Amino acid sequence: MTTTTTGTVPVIGAVGTAHTRIEGRDKVTGAARYAGEIPFAELAHGWLVVSTIARGRIRSIDAAPVLAMPGVLTVLHHGNAQPLESDYVGPMGTPDPALQLFQHDRVPYAGWPVALVVAETSEQAREAAESLTVAYDEEPHDVAFAAGHPEAYVPAGNPRAEAEQEKGDLAAELAASAVVVDSEYSTPEEHHHPMEPHAAAAYWDSGRLEVVDSNQGSIFVAQELARLFSLDQSAVRVRSEHIGGGFGSKGTRPHQVAAAMAATILHRPVRVVMTRRQMFSLAGYRSPTAQRVRLGADPDGRLRALDHQGLNQTSTVHEFVERSADVARAMYDADAHHTVNRVVRLDVPTPTWMRAPGEAPGSYALECALDELAEKCDIDPIALRARNEPTVGPISGLPYSSHRLLACFEEGARRFGWGDRDPRPGVRREGRWLLGTGTAAASFPTLVAPSTAAVTAEADGSYTVRITAADIGTGARTALALVAADALEVTPDRVTVLIGDSDFGQAILAGGSMGTRSWSWAVTLAARSLREQLALGGTVPPEGITARSDTAEALGTLPPRERHAFGAQFAEVAVDIATGEVRVRRMLGVFAAGRIVNPLTARSQFLGGMVWGLSMALHEEAVRDETTGTVVGADLAGYHVAANADVPLIEADWVDDPDEDDPVNIKGIGEVGIVGVAAAVANAVWHATGVRHRHLPIRPDRVLAAGTGALPQAADARG
Amino acid sequence: MAPSTAGAITLTINGEKHTLPVDNRTTLLDALRERLGLTGTKKGCDQGQCGACTVLLGGRRVVSCLQLAVAAEGREVTTIEGVADGERLHPVQQAFLDLDGFQCGYCTPGQICSAIAAIEEHAAGWPSAATTDVRPEAGIPPLTADEIRERMSGNLCRCGAYVSIVQAVARAAEDSARTAGRTDVTDVEGAA
Repeated sequence: MTTTTTGTVPVIGAVGTAHTRIEGRDKVTGAARYAGEIPFAELAHGWLVVSTIARGRIRSIDAAPVLAMPGVLTVLHHGNAQPLESDYVGPMGTPDPALQLFQHDRVPYAGWPVALVVAETSEQAREAAESLTVAYDEEPHDVAFAAGHPEAYVPAGNPRAEAEQEKGDLAAELAASAVVVDSEYSTPEEHHHPMEPHAAAAYWDSGRLEVVDSNQGSIFVAQELARLFSLDQSAVRVRSEHIGGGFGSKGTRPHQVAAAMAATILHRPVRVVMTRRQMFSLAGYRSPTAQRVRLGADPDGRLRALDHQGLNQTSTVHEFVERSADVARAMYDADAHHTVNRVVRLDVPTPTWMRAPGEAPGSYALECALDELAEKCDIDPIALRARNEPTVGPISGLPYSSHRLLACFEEGARRFGWGDRDPRPGVRREGRWLLGTGTAAASFPTLVAPSTAAVTAEADGSYTVRITAADIGTGARTALALVAADALEVTPDRVTVLIGDSDFGQAILAGGSMGTRSWSWAVTLAARSLREQLALGGTVPPEGITARSDTAEALGTLPPRERHAFGAQFAEVAVDIATGEVRVRRMLGVFAAGRIVNPLTARSQFLGGMVWGLSMALHEEAVRDETTGTVVGADLAGYHVAANADVPLIEADWVDDPDEDDPVNIKGIGEVGIVGVAAAVANAVWHATGVRHRHLPIRPDRVLAAGTGALPQAADARG
Repeated sequence: MAPSTAGAITLTINGEKHTLPVDNRTTLLDALRERLGLTGTKKGCDQGQCGACTVLLGGRRVVSCLQLAVAAEGREVTTIEGVADGERLHPVQQAFLDLDGFQCGYCTPGQICSAIAAIEEHAAGWPSAATTDVRPEAGIPPLTADEIRERMSGNLCRCGAYVSIVQAVARAAEDSARTAGRTDVTDVEGAA
């Protein structure tokens, strides 16, 4: 395992060299304080109470007995909560109605917040919250997600991407195809579960609402809270120094609103922390998907027709679209090309972005279908992808900023030993294990969003960067120090990076793999501007010299391109014929994802994404009970995420792929690591057993029920 | 008269005695975090499923969310704040830092406390579910990657830093074995 690039970017300065995390020492010594750990004098503890029914109305909340319990300070609910503003378009669009805390008696899903109990200690708050009697008028609910749900609809889409796009005559091209794959796939409800539960402490200080939080974008939370509480944006400050993981779930959530409400009434700091169980309904999740992929090809594998249809669920109160079919628009061209993302409203919590939204489930279906086509055409899966490599965007017609997918496959195939692979399924046996290998492509859009930054030359010769970035474990703080050091032409130890404070101004949140790219752009422009000022000469005054940047204008001049990170995923699995257990024995991911800022932490990012993919392929599944509308076993025992013993030696590396339009040549690496992994594992399971697994996760019972096809090995393998 | 639901207890934490009043319901985890300001020990699930709150109780690893503070009276508690030797990091801490055995850092204190105990358990000859030969005469099993994975599986890492965690634990185990005069305890790629 190396962490060096295999490409040819000359290493100049700090960017591109390995650095341990700036805050690493604080994290390994326990000194790093996360949101729920900041001490406050007179801190009160809030405990949320959530609905136990999936649809209906709150008939009554009997607060009096709870208010008489020791230490209880208040019980907030729809009968006494302050009104919140709802008629606005916030930083994330129309607000999620779950943020309209305690504004009415309606319950749209199980786990909906209905009350907040605040007490002197967390023990008192918890016991009181668990004692609170809430009576409901229950109504019939529907939480059953399935392909072909009669109420599925095509959402409006957005200017960047329509929900449905098509070209050519799909029926005609399918009819003219020598080889057709028509398969349905499904992925289950999946939850982010960062190790740190969502936590916020709110208090008022000199007329300002201060919130110490764990989020992916403090300015976004500050703006949302300002709108909700009808405050001037300058009257809200949100800070988020250390974040114990986010993965898309840590935006504005009911706990921040609850803490702010209670702090306003009690005139003292109030902390609200979600329980692990509450995170199943309050923190968002990835919707289950039902997908259908139809591929029509000539005998040599060239695609004539591509049809990718995705369906996901959303709540009855807010629309979220899991854009599973979008990945086909970037990956493969065909004479007839149709993609659509449909949605169905159910009595469930609103899903949200979760690591590689769209691409993670979408690539599972599409890349498995490609593997099925390769089998039918009797050509190598990598050769099939090479045969269908687009020269321009299949739908947009735009050129790619760079497209090094095949370079990833070539490097990956060489290192993985793909060339020695026998394509026949079910012919490798080791004791009770059947062995197989699989591959799949990965991609994720390369996005960028306007951000501002300030860089200060201090009188002592050091530099301070201020930007409302968030380091949710990505290594962004360290990466920005390296970027700033190079832009300032100094060593990184002379740069201090301050992040996670909404007072630092507008900046994009940590999401969509665009954080480090967007922030680095802003830091670079500010640093350049500062150097120009310093070049004028003179001494630095005690307060320093500060230069600011705003990338909005520069981003406006970006030429339109298909911009994506790509990757090639490889997996080897062993399938236990006796128990149906699938073990991943090794994985390799090779990525083309822009210039790599910090090889040490970038490797961790890629590996982490691949572990997510393994976990998605084999373990993760939230089962919604149709009777209660809740998740069965809503905890980390019932919802298994990959543990150490589930994960083999994984390797991640990259090929040279600088984005020439970006001042630091970055693309973004947070999501692409998960994309394609589940397909590579599923394709490997087919290669091992001869059976296609089109429904995730690939559980032992599914493997046993599916058997091992008609392979002669299967019969004696059970002996 | 209602029975008392609170009392004063004395906990020995990182070698220091603390006398504090606690609600009898208080877990050791909450006593550390909320009463003593020792927030290095993390609350990930509060129900014994994630390992983020792992501390050493009498030298053995426990999840502190499932220990009542009152039950820890008189026992020696070691938390992440107490494992370094002054400014010099514990070899496990140093290995996690050098090899990037974490991302967000929230599971890290628990991982490190767990690893310290796991290395000692292994050195003491304790077998694990991954040990192929558990006969006493087989001696201490080699600390393979599979042994480390098995012994560290009580500590979830949602960032997925397991590959580097295994390498960090292996390197720290090598360090501690060398100190104890043993060699070649691991064969983990990337640990050296």
